[in-house]
Amino acid sequence: MYSEKVMEHFRNPRNVGEIEAPDGVGEVGNPVCGDIMKIFLKIENNVIVDAKFKTFGCGAAIASSSMATELVRGKTLEEAWEVSNKAVAEALEGLPPIKMHCSVLAEEGIHTAINDYRKKQGLPLWEEKNPHSHGHGEDHTCEPQE
Amino acid sequence: MGDQHIIYMDHAATTYVRPEVLEAMIPYHTGHFGNPSSIYGIARDAKKTVESARAQVAKALGALPEEIYFTSGGSESDNWAIKGIATANRKKGLHIITSSIEHHAVLNTCEFLEKEGFQVTYLPVDEFGLVNPDDLEKAITSETILISIMYANNEIGTIEPIGELGAIARKHHVYFHTDAVQAIGNVGIDVRSQNIDLLSLSAHKFYGPKGVGALYIRKGVKLANLIHGGGQEHGKRAGTENLAGIVGLGKAIDLAVADIPGHNVKVRAMRDRLLDGVLRTIPHAKLNGHPEKRLAGNFNVSFDFIEGESMLLWLDDEGICGSTGSACTSGSLSPSHVLLACGMPAESAHGSLRLTLGDENTADDVDRVLDVLPKVVAKLRNMSPLFQNATKEEEYHV
Repeated sequence: MYSEKVMEHFRNPRNVGEIEAPDGVGEVGNPVCGDIMKIFLKIENNVIVDAKFKTFGCGAAIASSSMATELVRGKTLEEAWEVSNKAVAEALEGLPPIKMHCSVLAEEGIHTAINDYRKKQGLPLWEEKNPHSHGHGEDHTCEPQE
Repeated sequence: MGDQHIIYMDHAATTYVRPEVLEAMIPYHTGHFGNPSSIYGIARDAKKTVESARAQVAKALGALPEEIYFTSGGSESDNWAIKGIATANRKKGLHIITSSIEHHAVLNTCEFLEKEGFQVTYLPVDEFGLVNPDDLEKAITSETILISIMYANNEIGTIEPIGELGAIARKHHVYFHTDAVQAIGNVGIDVRSQNIDLLSLSAHKFYGPKGVGALYIRKGVKLANLIHGGGQEHGKRAGTENLAGIVGLGKAIDLAVADIPGHNVKVRAMRDRLLDGVLRTIPHAKLNGHPEKRLAGNFNVSFDFIEGESMLLWLDDEGICGSTGSACTSGSLSPSHVLLACGMPAESAHGSLRLTLGDENTADDVDRVLDVLPKVVAKLRNMSPLFQNATKEEEYHV
């Protein structure tokens, strides 16, 4: 059911772990729904010089975390903010429809970590252009919503 | 994967077909292909063959041959039993009682009937997955027409007190159906003494072929047809008989019930060693289901801080086939209704692993799982933010 690329990133996930004294951290997801991602960023001169993750979740969640951290490394914060869930899914050569929310979670994780950095810097937070509703939180359902 | 030896520990999902069973089936695809409803010689032979398989199934259940009806499998048998009783008895009442841990073939059928105007009571279970007979008795009303409680649960292996539940149903003159799909060949069944009115079974759970099963219907039970058409199965279940499948079912059930205690001793010894080894070497792990009242081959353990599908993928890479109650392997994102009904928090249900052992598993298979599983769990925990948050322990190695 998974592409070769997903399996490859699941078996050999890139950037697993934590960054000591990270400049930005984003934790998204909900254990009730079976997935939590924690993204750590090291930022120098507005550029993401290192990105790491820790993830509790399925194969797609782990592969999405791995790919998302790969995609944002070396990018400016503006460029990284534009890395969409679709870009993560495409880079993984597709995800099954029921697993698309894993790529959404990865995008949200990166965004949350970037805004964590901006908050610490006293900068205004960036707003989600297309607020995804992963369904985590308010209505206590795990089903993805359009 | 090349020549990797596959360790199959998912017998609750399906089993291979025993060579003796396959051998018995083969002639009925070729020389003995006659339609049992036809008049010539090869058809009469086919008819006899169907009747002899019917006798084999009846014998395994302590039933009469004329009480056995062949179907396409467990789901059809469950649908027929529940919808058939509901349709034929709706003037008597509209109330059905079942449990919250049934297979979806029962639960979704009950939900369908709710839309058709029936009321369904879903009995709770305790932390081990057991239905309390007192709860059943209290739920029965003058409107109750059917009680459907599974014999043994497919996920956690808990064996329900079927005899007690059957006695309560009989006392209140309510029809009693049990989905015994997981039970055949693992527990001794006697429909008479256990007061079972309807029982579903499926051949591919006990080393028979897929696509064939049976419904036992006690003589005198009022049941509407599910499949209308020709006069097969005494006019109760239309459709040309799955001849080879029925032969396979008969042979498989004969073999499955021939030595239940012997089968259980062998499988339980492997399961217990696996369970003891896992619980001893892997911290933050917990057995799901009942410690004793469970199917001999069923292992179901939750590992905190990790998710089941990831575990299955890693095990699959090592040639080990298992199953999980995590949402991530189903079409939905909610974890197992069975584990939630037992009161387990959703996050633990996501971390459950089911291994169901069977006849061909060996001591070497158990050793291999005991070697591989702790490493898989450690690997996933080391990348889990929950593990880090909850334990503050150093990265651990196995």
